[in-house]
Amino acid sequence: MRAINRKILRDLVGMRGQALAIALVVASGAATYIMSVSTLDALESTLAAYYREYRFADGFAPLKRAPRSVAARLREIPGIQMLETRVLAAANLTIDNFDEPVSAQIVSIPESGPLLNAIYLRSGRMPDPSRDNEVLVSDSFASAHQFRAGTHFYATINGRRRRLEITGIAFSPEFIYQVQPGALIPDFKTFGILWMPEDALAAAYDMEGAFNDVTFSIERSANIKEIIDRMDEILARYGGLGAYGREDQLSNKYLSSEFDQLRQMAVIFPAIFYGVAAFLLNIVITRVIATQREQMGVLKAFGYATTDLVLHYLALVAMIIAAGIAGGIALGAWLGQALGSLYMEYYRFPFLLFHLRPDMIFVAALISGVAAGLGTLHAVYRAASLPPAVAMQPPVPPRYRRSFLESLPLARSVSQPTRMIVRNLERRPLKSVLSILGVAAACAILVVGTLFSDSVDYIVRIQFQFAQHDDLNVIFNEPASAKAISSLKAMPGVRYAEPFRSVPVRLRFEQRSYRTSIQGLPHGAVLRRVLDSELKPAPVQEHGLLLTDYLAGILHVRPGDTLTVETLEGERRVLRLPLVAVAKEFVGVGAYMELEALNCAMGEAPSISGAYMETDSEHDKEIYAELREMPRVAGAGVRANALRNFYETMAKQALTFAFFNTLLAASIAFGVVYNSARIGFSERSRELASLRVLGFTRFEVAYILLGELAVLTVAAIPIGFFMGRGLGAFMISNVQTDLFRVPVIVDPSTYAFAAIVVLASALISGAGILRKIYKLDLVEVLKVRE
Amino acid sequence: MAEPRRVFSATGITKVYHMGDVEVHALRGVDLELYAAEFTVLLGPSGSGKSTLLNILGGLDRVTSGEVTYEGRDLSRASERDLTNYRRHYVGFVFQFYNLIPSLTARENVSVVTEIALDPMRPEDALELVGLGDRMDHFPSQLSGGQQQRVAIARAIAKRPAVLLCDEPTGALDSETGIVVLEALMRVNRQMGTTTAIITHNADIASIADRVIYLSDGHIVRTEQNRDKKEPRDLHW
Ligand SMILES: Nc1ncnc2c1ncn2[C@@H]1O[C@H](COP(=O)(O)OP(=O)(O)O)[C@@H](O)[C@H]1O
Ligand SMILES: [Mg+2]
Repeated sequence: MRAINRKILRDLVGMRGQALAIALVVASGAATYIMSVSTLDALESTLAAYYREYRFADGFAPLKRAPRSVAARLREIPGIQMLETRVLAAANLTIDNFDEPVSAQIVSIPESGPLLNAIYLRSGRMPDPSRDNEVLVSDSFASAHQFRAGTHFYATINGRRRRLEITGIAFSPEFIYQVQPGALIPDFKTFGILWMPEDALAAAYDMEGAFNDVTFSIERSANIKEIIDRMDEILARYGGLGAYGREDQLSNKYLSSEFDQLRQMAVIFPAIFYGVAAFLLNIVITRVIATQREQMGVLKAFGYATTDLVLHYLALVAMIIAAGIAGGIALGAWLGQALGSLYMEYYRFPFLLFHLRPDMIFVAALISGVAAGLGTLHAVYRAASLPPAVAMQPPVPPRYRRSFLESLPLARSVSQPTRMIVRNLERRPLKSVLSILGVAAACAILVVGTLFSDSVDYIVRIQFQFAQHDDLNVIFNEPASAKAISSLKAMPGVRYAEPFRSVPVRLRFEQRSYRTSIQGLPHGAVLRRVLDSELKPAPVQEHGLLLTDYLAGILHVRPGDTLTVETLEGERRVLRLPLVAVAKEFVGVGAYMELEALNCAMGEAPSISGAYMETDSEHDKEIYAELREMPRVAGAGVRANALRNFYETMAKQALTFAFFNTLLAASIAFGVVYNSARIGFSERSRELASLRVLGFTRFEVAYILLGELAVLTVAAIPIGFFMGRGLGAFMISNVQTDLFRVPVIVDPSTYAFAAIVVLASALISGAGILRKIYKLDLVEVLKVRE
Repeated sequence: MAEPRRVFSATGITKVYHMGDVEVHALRGVDLELYAAEFTVLLGPSGSGKSTLLNILGGLDRVTSGEVTYEGRDLSRASERDLTNYRRHYVGFVFQFYNLIPSLTARENVSVVTEIALDPMRPEDALELVGLGDRMDHFPSQLSGGQQQRVAIARAIAKRPAVLLCDEPTGALDSETGIVVLEALMRVNRQMGTTTAIITHNADIASIADRVIYLSDGHIVRTEQNRDKKEPRDLHW
């Protein structure tokens, strides 16, 4: 091996600490990128393949009830490719050893199996169409209750209780994200999807010869808007609730907003990481190479050309970077797969297509390579273009002056070492600023890493502390008379009940429209409240609507404007209602009105869609049992479950992601701090040894170097907080959807955590440096100049 | 005796360093000639411009004005690439602080140079020549100052340079070690006919030179031909 190459290897070994820290930074950047991109890619390609192979419908049209003959007319709508009718039913389930209310949506299976939204049978067999007690259950529900083919349970459909037997476990592209109507997030224990042969379900649900839902696919050239309008016209007489395209289908909508968010993260997180990593690499490599200045002078003196040296140091850096990239890619792929399977728990895909595509690896390597390469080139050219005679001289003694701080009166009493710290910081302000920025950036990504879970936590806290006080909510399968509330109140353990009315509507303003429902709440409601922008209760009004701020934004309406409200129920009246105020909500898009006024506007006798209740937890079991037997009750939600479920699933997911990010951010933080300290040491070891020779104690010498590190670290932390919050706000501003609006909330514990990681990095680095100071060989340092 | 061949020729060279607003005149118009196989000593107080002059002769630095030629080639106007080539193939340097590559052994420190030379010695032979045959695999940190300087000499001569330029090669050494180093230099000069220039501010060393050039404040104040040249071993300081 050529001596010059041997030098690379030996130098590498000599600076292994720093090399490792640099490789760590590169690896973290690459891993973040690979993790995000590969997870996103896996989810997206899985979704696309799943939708294609299992023929996810292009459109859906729910309605009250229509005879099957109507289907023929629907099929004639130009642009329709395939159209199926089906029966959807709500059921309450009774499961052995599980007391809480469990509800299910039952989907009918046509005799020859669904053409659209095909079923992926994971295990077991399809139900026998000639039998009326066989069902498939969704995979998530099955695994939450450890159901298997052959397990049975009881379902109350349309007030009649029947025993159902599971023949198989299934997935469907329609229910990748399964959330109970009205719930925030999926709860696989209390909500499931069942599939039942069409005849059996129709018989059980009084839908013989009829249907209450349509799925369809369209021709490539067709215009879905026109088809939806035609379908709404035809179905209006049959209680059509408004057809919608797949972009408004609940599961798909959640997925696409999640994926949007992931896509943002896949770009923004790695961009930040890589930005920081590149910045650090540049600083670190510049400084590492600066310490090799004299050696470069020697090599040049003996006839090595500048380009030889550049190649030499590029090779050195390339080895460090290559190790970092390789480690980062392996780690990223592993994390990506881990994250992918975590998402699988949440989104029910039957399979996951995970690939580490060559282009991802290429991009990861390219970004690290370019970042490091530029840093090296810059550093080497600067050092190597010095005339060799100059390069070999010890750097000109830096020009110190009395620092600004020393001119302050208090400064006279300050010790000499302290003065040296201050002078050194002031002497190279740019370097000090860059070091501070580096550490601050590391601190910032730590803040950003946990920012999301803080914000989501905050949403939940607001939701359950201010807006939602009920212990239990009950939804009827169709509007009931206002008297229904008294039968709920009469149940043992129910302390208080508040009715609500929910009317599906299409809101229009100017050319914009949005499909949602209006919630009617009674005056002075306490269990469910609408909040204003200061999180104070905003009273519902008789003469107009309250809209979620986000919905008001979508429709471009302001208080005082009048909206057109097409109700999609009962007489299907078209109303003109003013917007009276805007409400603050982080989840969903709602419209609110006073309950009686809403009923009145609908032209209906007082009726309610459900109730919020305050209950005695001792009587929970009895209440749940009684609710199961009530034919009208389509579902019930338990607050405690929602919270528990939230922390179990959502938080787990957010926390895992945050944990990975935090780990990576922490390693970057450590890399920066350690390198700053280590380089400071090599740059100044002669000076420090000289001081030792002059009689300074080890402690005093250590104080000079570590004091500087401490000042830089402490200065960097608040700046990092500030940067982190700013970055977080930027990221969050990009992921606002009609499902969620995430506020920028940073919990003090997040700041504390970021600060602790940075300080711990500084302490560990400081300890390493201290060891070096203790081992500093005075004679050697003064004798040999290198 | 035939007229010795002129190797270096400098006319009116000046060198000005700029340090912020301050101008440092390191050389203020120097005329100089060095001859083939000659052993020259540059003598002068600290700051008189010796290193600057040597660096310019070695192609490590450039003149501010004036002209330097090596074997008829104009160094003052040579390109960066030409200077690199010149250093690579013709010049060997020895520095006061040895400037060995700390991560390479004695042998490898020499190899670094022989690997890019046209007709080098074997690194081992070069180290034998300076009496370090038994220290080839030592790292600089495992060698004494004198040994390090001899490695530096081996490194400088291993390419069989036409010129050997030494900036205070004994400056960091005690007299005994210094003499060993000077003997090594002298041997190379004699055996290989290398044109050699040595900087020192030690007047005693001047007595081993063919010619002594005195510098002061950026000028050559005087040049002396040595009539009775001493051997290094006869020196003591
Ligand atoms: N790179 C440089 N920048 C500025 N001034 C320099 C530089 N190198 C040398 N000098 C100045 O030039 C003068 C001559 O220096 P030098 O040739 O090193 O002297 P000598 O080697 O005789 O001690 C000195 O005053 C020195 O301070
Ligand atoms: Mg000098």
